[in-house]
Amino acid sequence: MPSLSRPLSFVRRLTNVCFIGLSGLAALLVLAPLGAIFGYLVYKGIGSINVAFLTHTPRPVGEPGGGMANAIVGSMVLLGLGSMIGVPLGIGSGIYMAEFGGGRYVNFVRFTADVLNGVPSIVVGIAVYALVVLPQQHFSALSGGVALGIMMIPTIARTTEEMLLMVPNTIREAALGLGIPQWRATLQVTLRTASKGVITGAMLAFARVAGETAPLLFTAFGNQYWSLKPNQPIAALPIQIFAYAISPFDEWHRQAWAGALILIVLIVVAVAAVRVVTSRGSMANNA
Amino acid sequence: MGVGIEVKDLNAWFGKAQVLKEINIKVGANAVTAVIGPSGCGKSTFIRCLNRMHETNPEARLTGSVQVGDIDVYKPGTDAVDVRRRIGMVFQKPNPFPTMSIYDNVSAGLRLNGYNKRRELDVAVEHSLRMAALWDEVKDVLKKKSGASLSGGQQQRLCIARALAVQPELLLMDEPCSALDPISTGKIEELIFQLKAQYTVVIVTHNMQQAARVADHTGFFLMGKLIEYDKTEKIFTTPSDKRTEDYITGRFG
Repeated sequence: MPSLSRPLSFVRRLTNVCFIGLSGLAALLVLAPLGAIFGYLVYKGIGSINVAFLTHTPRPVGEPGGGMANAIVGSMVLLGLGSMIGVPLGIGSGIYMAEFGGGRYVNFVRFTADVLNGVPSIVVGIAVYALVVLPQQHFSALSGGVALGIMMIPTIARTTEEMLLMVPNTIREAALGLGIPQWRATLQVTLRTASKGVITGAMLAFARVAGETAPLLFTAFGNQYWSLKPNQPIAALPIQIFAYAISPFDEWHRQAWAGALILIVLIVVAVAAVRVVTSRGSMANNA
Repeated sequence: MGVGIEVKDLNAWFGKAQVLKEINIKVGANAVTAVIGPSGCGKSTFIRCLNRMHETNPEARLTGSVQVGDIDVYKPGTDAVDVRRRIGMVFQKPNPFPTMSIYDNVSAGLRLNGYNKRRELDVAVEHSLRMAALWDEVKDVLKKKSGASLSGGQQQRLCIARALAVQPELLLMDEPCSALDPISTGKIEELIFQLKAQYTVVIVTHNMQQAARVADHTGFFLMGKLIEYDKTEKIFTTPSDKRTEDYITGRFG
């Protein structure tokens, strides 16, 4: 009989070291691009960020100064509108798939969500152009929000479904056994138990659409001036960055870098803020 | 006060498999009734039929009638949610709500039924935790610790407190000690004994010693049928059915 208690051979030790080394290297390679992008953005962009950049609207070509205040606020408006559409619809359909699922209809919804997830963002933009912009006769913040919202739905719906399915059935039974109505049990017990993962899904979707340019090109359109009206074109950071980056002017190039840095900071701050706010009152962490 | 139970001609199915056959039983108020029998004999299904948890399985079906106190459980028009509110249930595996504090767990049944007067909730939480013999162990961390942070035995007592907080008329327990160590089991058995002053308790158990210790009456189920139902002492000393005798003497099951 072969003995399993022989001392570790040199080959085995070497394999072990190699494997740990390789997986560590892989982890490092994941971090490297993110670090590089962020570092380069800071290096290129930080110099152009000042009070004027954050508070002024763009100046005409040739005039120095000016900023992206309208685009920063515009992006926030668009993301707000998108979240107002995408989060409730995504979570709602996720709840339906997980809790009231079974049957063909649910499979069809799930399949549709997966397909929608794979639809290129520019196609979503064109679809919203046809469905919202054309009937309205002009570009608008609202149509931009609709485009972003549609793009958020599949990610949120599928993560919500997955997270709810991970909640053990005993928790649902406990709630029903207390005589809690089904809808309250689902919202305030099952969904709450899964809330951490659901929020992560919503944040992923949010961060993903925050940088989307293509679906905004024929919807929100961009705007050189202040506008917060939902039925008027609105500025957005990705569009502004795109426009400035392909321009022939050095000043605009610098501002494009600064805009990109602001966009990333905006996403990080929003995600962190939601995490802090939602982790209050939840007991999941000190279990 | 506890209420009596009367079950008539109860049949239950999962899909095509019949799991309960023609069950007729009368259970007295303010008594502990144990339901024993080998795995798969339908004893859990039986108590889940008493508070309409059986039908939460989409495959489930049932005929017959159940009367619990003044509730005609399966009368058309009787609201299942209302039935479950009035008949408490403790499950086999402790199942506190993991994202809620101890306080929120105990008050969940009240709060999620739209009841939110702070002071009355405080009173209900303390009262229920005292009844469940858990108050002294958790009173300092009520809102700081999650229900899931407690030990298994504490979690099960928390679940009992949670069930008691809505002031049910009947308490159903589905093998409440099967996941617990002997010390926790002892505590819960003592608790069951005290609860019968105010509640009617029906407890499913795999453990025959437990039935003998806590129950006034015992019913023996076998393959979906109620074989024998009598005073616990009679069941364990001089059962009238051969199959009961075989089971309690360990000849099968």
